[in-house]
Amino acid sequence: MTIYRSHVLVCGGTPCVLKGARTLKDLLLKEIERYQLSDEIRVVETGCLGPCDDGPVLIVYPEGAMYSKLKPTDILKIVEHHLLKGRIVEELVFRERKSSAGALQGSAVPLEQEKYLSLQKRVVLRNCGRINPDSIDEYIANNGYLALGQAVTTLTSDQVVKIVADSKLQGRGGAGFPTGLKWSFTAKTTSDQKYIICNADEGEPGTFKDRLIMEGDPHGIIEGMAIAGYAVGASQGIIYIRGEYGLSIERMKNAIKQATDYGLLGKKILGTEFNFEIDVRSGAGAYVCGEETALIESLEGNRGEPRVKPPFPGIAGLWGKPTIVNNVETLANIAPIILNGPEWFRSIGTENCPGTKVFTMLGDINNQGLVEVPMGITLREIVYEVGGGIPGGRGFKMAQTGGTSGGCLPSEFLDMPMDYDTLSKVGSALGSGAMLIIDDTHCIVDVLKSFMKFFCHESCGKCTPCREGTTRLYEIVLALSEGTATDTEIQLLKELSGAMQLSALCGLGQSAPNSLLTCLNFFADEFQAHLNGQCPSGICKNLTIESEAV
Amino acid sequence: MTVTSCNIQKPNLGEVIEKYKEFPGSLLDLLHEVQEIDGYLSRDVMQQIAEGLGISESKVYGVATFYSLFKTAPTGQFIIRICESAPCHIRGAQEVLEAIEETLGIKPGETTLDGKFTLEFTSCLGLCGVAPAIMINDQVYGNLTSDRVKEVLLNF
Repeated sequence: MTIYRSHVLVCGGTPCVLKGARTLKDLLLKEIERYQLSDEIRVVETGCLGPCDDGPVLIVYPEGAMYSKLKPTDILKIVEHHLLKGRIVEELVFRERKSSAGALQGSAVPLEQEKYLSLQKRVVLRNCGRINPDSIDEYIANNGYLALGQAVTTLTSDQVVKIVADSKLQGRGGAGFPTGLKWSFTAKTTSDQKYIICNADEGEPGTFKDRLIMEGDPHGIIEGMAIAGYAVGASQGIIYIRGEYGLSIERMKNAIKQATDYGLLGKKILGTEFNFEIDVRSGAGAYVCGEETALIESLEGNRGEPRVKPPFPGIAGLWGKPTIVNNVETLANIAPIILNGPEWFRSIGTENCPGTKVFTMLGDINNQGLVEVPMGITLREIVYEVGGGIPGGRGFKMAQTGGTSGGCLPSEFLDMPMDYDTLSKVGSALGSGAMLIIDDTHCIVDVLKSFMKFFCHESCGKCTPCREGTTRLYEIVLALSEGTATDTEIQLLKELSGAMQLSALCGLGQSAPNSLLTCLNFFADEFQAHLNGQCPSGICKNLTIESEAV
Repeated sequence: MTVTSCNIQKPNLGEVIEKYKEFPGSLLDLLHEVQEIDGYLSRDVMQQIAEGLGISESKVYGVATFYSLFKTAPTGQFIIRICESAPCHIRGAQEVLEAIEETLGIKPGETTLDGKFTLEFTSCLGLCGVAPAIMINDQVYGNLTSDRVKEVLLNF
């Protein structure tokens, strides 16, 4: 086995690839070859390293120097100075950005002390950006499949369910339902066939965590699914990945093949009586299929329209059999919980919502990208410390938490802890973990127009409150932006929203009005201005800009 | 979309139907594969699928029209999917849309006269880290501005 003196980890996540990471990697390999360093330096393409906005990114180990915003000429410098001569190229090293100046911070701080990284706690993303996602050996070298081995050889199914329940892990897809409880319902049922479905139909606008987890550490999901299968007595797993996620589908298929070749999936896993297989299925472009019963309908070859619950899928799901539907991030938490125990997991995050959460930070924020932080971190820490603040030092107007189906929080909520419980109390949601930061140059009505248009397009049409409601909400918001709405219509918005929350069949229709209601509550002045024919931000074209006196 | 492709399509269609026939619930996978043949699902093709699988035509049509990745009418050679979700919206998707409309002379839902491009909206592509983003067939493009998207289109 060759021992390399340096490893260069090139981010191969979709955002970096779009910015030319593959070309840089080829150039890097060519340069390494040219200096005859191929026996000393190994180049690995990994999953997402996190700071997508600063891509393409690479890290050189053992120094742990992260280089960002790379151009081909930078690669020449890194090879010549760092890899050949051993001197870190300081001017190319990733630095957190300060919001006030919007410029790069100059002083040389060791990478791990950068706020962006020091506030993070990587459980789900433990391997993302550290291993080659196409190599099962690298996953195994990082304690991969050890938890599965322990579970099937030393624990009973009931014990596994109990460990997950004791950890207080909540589903990371959006609703935050306790995972252990969900598993216990299905474990108790008797059936000739049960299913484990991994919900990878990520479609919540602003969310791309599942994509990058699948691209960065596919085996972590497979291991979590197999453990879930053992816990509830299921022998068949299915990963439902949205059709648009080409690289994720490819990586998952490859990882399943490798795990099957190694006997970690298939019949008599690790010499036990436990059998488990996984299929990859892909969606065809329908946001509503992220709802678990709609997803099951889609897997049965039907229109992806949600079912009436109960019965819940845990009792009667795919083909009427007991079915567990878990999100990608939830499943990626399972192996570490089995290995380190529920107490360890509960020591992270808050008392009622333990563990970490993967957030995608986007919109008007300096460090756009993926971060994993302990549950209960405040919005202020996310925006101003991990996120590096708002570009150009502009003011914070609001954050939409939990994707387009979440609520909007103005600046007085900056110090509120981000977890499932706290956010639902103020009419928002932690949801999928998307954090859309909006600065003070934007108009609330204009932004809402985009939110409402989305639901109008994605409503499946099965139930009336959602089908009609989403369309009417959009029409009224549109009228507001054009200056043709009246007071009555504001009242109508509130009434209609309340009706939808109470009566829509699934989470789509129930949560569609969240952003609107929170905005009506927190930005009443701005709605009033639009009723008076003025758009204070000067975004809505038909309206005048409000004078300062008003 | 030409007469020749129609001629070679028939045996393939039969093979695809045969391949999935025994697998319940595989209609979406089947439609994905059939759509590869000539880019959309014609009424004739949908009728043959229904017959082959022993299900009603309305069921096939219902599924085909539910999902945005399935097409029931011919499209351009390249489908441009532009994300108009909030994260792209606030990073300037409108400007990118206008640049595409201006360059190609079509609106969302339309196809260029030469049959080369179809423009349509898509829901979030999960590329918010590099917003605003578009997809052209299977290829994704991010960090777009009106100038950059014009450059991208020139390469087709």
